[in-house]
Amino acid sequence: MQITDNQFIQEPPQDWRTYFTFCTDHKVIGIQYMVTSFVLYLVGGFLAMLIRAELLTPDSDVFPEPGVYNGVFTIHATIMIFLWLIPMLAGFANYLIPLMIGARDMAFPRINAVAFWMIPPAAVLLMSSFFFGPAQAGWTSYPPLSMDPATLIGQSLWLSSVILLGTSSILGAINFVTTIWEMRVPSMGIWQMPLFVWAMFATSIIILVATPVLTGALLLLSFDLLMGTVFFNPTGGGDPVLYQHMFWFYSHPAVYIMILPGMGLVSEILPVYARKPIFGYRAIAISSMSIAVLGFIVWAHHMFTSGTPEWMRMFFMITSMIIAVPTGIKVFSWVATVWGGKLRLTPAMLFAMGFVSMFVVGGLSGVMLASVPIDIHVTDTYFVVAHLHYVLFGGSVFAVYAGVYHWFPKMTGRFLNEWWGKVHFYSTFIGFNLCFLPMHKLGLLGMPRRVAAYDASFLDLNVLVSTGGFLLGVSTLPFLGNVIYSWLKGPRATGNPWEGLTLEWTTPSPPPVENFERLPVLTVGPYDYGHAGRDPSEIVRH
Amino acid sequence: MQTSPNESERLILAAPATEMAHEHEATAHAHEEHPDLRLFGFTLFLVSEAMLFVGLFVAYLAFRAVATEWPPAGTPELEVILPAINTVILVASSFVLHQSEAAVKKGDIPGMRAWFIATIAMGAVFLAGQVYEYTQLEFTLQTGLFGGTFFVLTGFHGLHVLVGVLLMSGVVVRSFKKEHYTPQKHFGVEAANLYWHFVDGVWIVLFLLLYIVK
Repeated sequence: MQITDNQFIQEPPQDWRTYFTFCTDHKVIGIQYMVTSFVLYLVGGFLAMLIRAELLTPDSDVFPEPGVYNGVFTIHATIMIFLWLIPMLAGFANYLIPLMIGARDMAFPRINAVAFWMIPPAAVLLMSSFFFGPAQAGWTSYPPLSMDPATLIGQSLWLSSVILLGTSSILGAINFVTTIWEMRVPSMGIWQMPLFVWAMFATSIIILVATPVLTGALLLLSFDLLMGTVFFNPTGGGDPVLYQHMFWFYSHPAVYIMILPGMGLVSEILPVYARKPIFGYRAIAISSMSIAVLGFIVWAHHMFTSGTPEWMRMFFMITSMIIAVPTGIKVFSWVATVWGGKLRLTPAMLFAMGFVSMFVVGGLSGVMLASVPIDIHVTDTYFVVAHLHYVLFGGSVFAVYAGVYHWFPKMTGRFLNEWWGKVHFYSTFIGFNLCFLPMHKLGLLGMPRRVAAYDASFLDLNVLVSTGGFLLGVSTLPFLGNVIYSWLKGPRATGNPWEGLTLEWTTPSPPPVENFERLPVLTVGPYDYGHAGRDPSEIVRH
Repeated sequence: MQTSPNESERLILAAPATEMAHEHEATAHAHEEHPDLRLFGFTLFLVSEAMLFVGLFVAYLAFRAVATEWPPAGTPELEVILPAINTVILVASSFVLHQSEAAVKKGDIPGMRAWFIATIAMGAVFLAGQVYEYTQLEFTLQTGLFGGTFFVLTGFHGLHVLVGVLLMSGVVVRSFKKEHYTPQKHFGVEAANLYWHFVDGVWIVLFLLLYIVK
C-alpha cells in the first residue's frame, strides 16, 4: 500500500497576494468570500447604528429627510441578506466542502472564482446608489412603492445588484451540488457525509430552484420601471400581488439558504466540544432535506394581509407550522448531543450553544407568526423585526461566529485569543438580547416597522433597544481586533487542534494547495467521539 | 445499509482493503483528472434556467387568470401561420442536431459539423421569422399586459435561441482544431445539443400558451 513513486509534491498554501487575484483555489476563494462579506457586514452594521440613532428619539431628527432613513434600512437589509449572510456561508462552504469530502478542489474552480468576483461589483452598485438617492422600498421592493419615479436610479441600481448576486449564487450552487454529489472520496457514502455537507447540499438545491424565480420577478419589475410595461401596475391591468408571490417564492426559501448552512456548522461544532457522537445523524440530515422541500410551499405566510384568500391562508398556515417539525428534530438532536457531554466552553462552543438557544426563540416566534390571527395583528410591526433578527442574527450570525472560532486555526494556522473570544461572545449575547428582546413587546404594542418617527409612549423601550444595538456594534470590535492580531501574530496551530474527526482536520493548518497529499480513506465516521480506540490520529490509515 | 456514521468503520473494514488502495493510487497519480463533470454541472444550470422560464410562464398564466377578458378587448388577433411554421422548423432542427451526436461518436467530425451548420441555419431562419413577426404586429411592449407578456416571453426565448446559435457556431469553429472532439470526449457537442433541445422544449410550451390555448 506504499505510494512512493510518482507521488506528486504538494505546493505550500497560497501566498497572501493571491487573495487579491482571480485565484481558483477553493480555500482562497472561501476566504475571499468571508473577508469581503465581513467588510460589508461592518457597513451594514454601521447603517443599523444609524437606524438606532434615529430611533433613539420619537421624532425624525437624525437624517435631513425621512427618505434617507428609508434608504438606510433598505440598504441595511439588502447588505445583510445578499452581501453578508449568503456569501459568508458560501465562503464557509467553499472552504470546507472539498476538505470535508476529501476532494482537491471544487468541481469547477474557474466558475467558482467567477461567482465570487461578481460580488464586489454588485456591492459597489448597491453602495453607489447612495449618491443618486438610494432605493427606499425595503429589501422586498414591493411595487408600487418601488415604482416611485423619485428613486428610479437607486431602485435600478438595487435591481441590477440583486440580479447579479442571484446569478453568482446560482453559479456557486451548481458547483456545490456537483462537488458534493460526484467528488467525495470513494470510501464516503452519503451517510458518511458530514452534516455541514448535507446542509449545503440542501441549500444549493434551494438556490438552484428558487433563485431564478426571483430573477424573473426582478426582470419584470425592471421592465415596469424602465420600459413602461404594466406587469405589476394595477392601473394598466397588472397585479402587484403577483410580484409578492414571485418574490416570496424565492425569499422564503432564502431564509433556509441563510439558516441551513448555519445549522450545518453547529452540527459540526457541538460534537467536537462535547466529545460525543452527534445525536440523530440521519434525522438531522433528512430534516435538512425536508426543510428544503417544505420550504417551497410556505411562502404566502408573508402575505396574510395582502388580500390572500381564506383557503390559501389556511393552507400556508398549516404548511408553515409543519416546518417546525424538522426544525424541532434538529434542536432536540443538538440538545441530546450536548447532554451529558464533556463540554469545553471555547468561544466556538459558546456561540454554537448561543445559536441553539437564540434560534429556539426565533423559531417559536416564527410559529406564532405562522398563525394567521396573530400575524394579522402584528404584521409590519417590530414583532416581525424581532423574529427575523432572532433567526438571522441569533441564528445565522452566531453560527458564523462559531464557525470562525472553530476553523480559524485551520484556515490561518494560528489560534484566536480565547479570552477576547469570550468577551466577544458575552458582549454579543447581551447586546443582542437587549436589542431584540424588547422589540417583541414593541411590536405587540403596535409600533410599526420602517418608520422614522414613532409615538412618544414607545420611547423607553426604544432607548433600551438602541442601547443594546450600540453594544452589539461595539461587541464587533474585540472580534475584529482578535482576528487581525491573531492572523498576524497568534500562536501557531497544529493540524488538528480541537481533535475533530472530519477530514479537514487530517490536513496541515493551513492546508496546502490541493489539500491532500494522498486522498484519505475513511476509517472512522465524522462523529465517532468518545469511543475507545478511535483517536483522531487514526483517521487516515495509509 | 445499517451502518450509522458513528459505526461506519465496520463498513470500511468490510470492503476489500487492497482494492480500495488501488483506487486511491490511481487517483493520486492523475490527481487533476477527476471525471468530466461538466455535463452534470451544465444540466444543473439548465434546471435553473428552466425555473426562470417556469416563473415567467406562471406569471403569464396568473395574469390571464386574473384578467376579466383574455386577450383583452381590442387586442388584434395573433397570426398563427408564421409561428406555426417557425415551430416546425425549430422542432425539426432539434432532430437534425441530434444526428451530430451520433456522428461524433463514430468519429465523423465533418459529418458532425454539417449537422451543426444545418441546425444553425434553421435557428437563423427561426430568428428571422421572429423578427419579421415583430415588425408585423400592431401592438408593442407597452400595450398593456398582453403586449408586455408577449414580447417579454418571446423576446426572452429569442435571446436563448440566439445564444444557442452562437454556442453551435463556437462548436463549429472548434471542430476545425485537430483532435478537439473525439468519439469519447466531446462535451461541447453534448452541451450544445442539450441546450438546443432545452430551448426547443421551452418554445413548444411558449407556442402552446401564447398562440393555441385561448
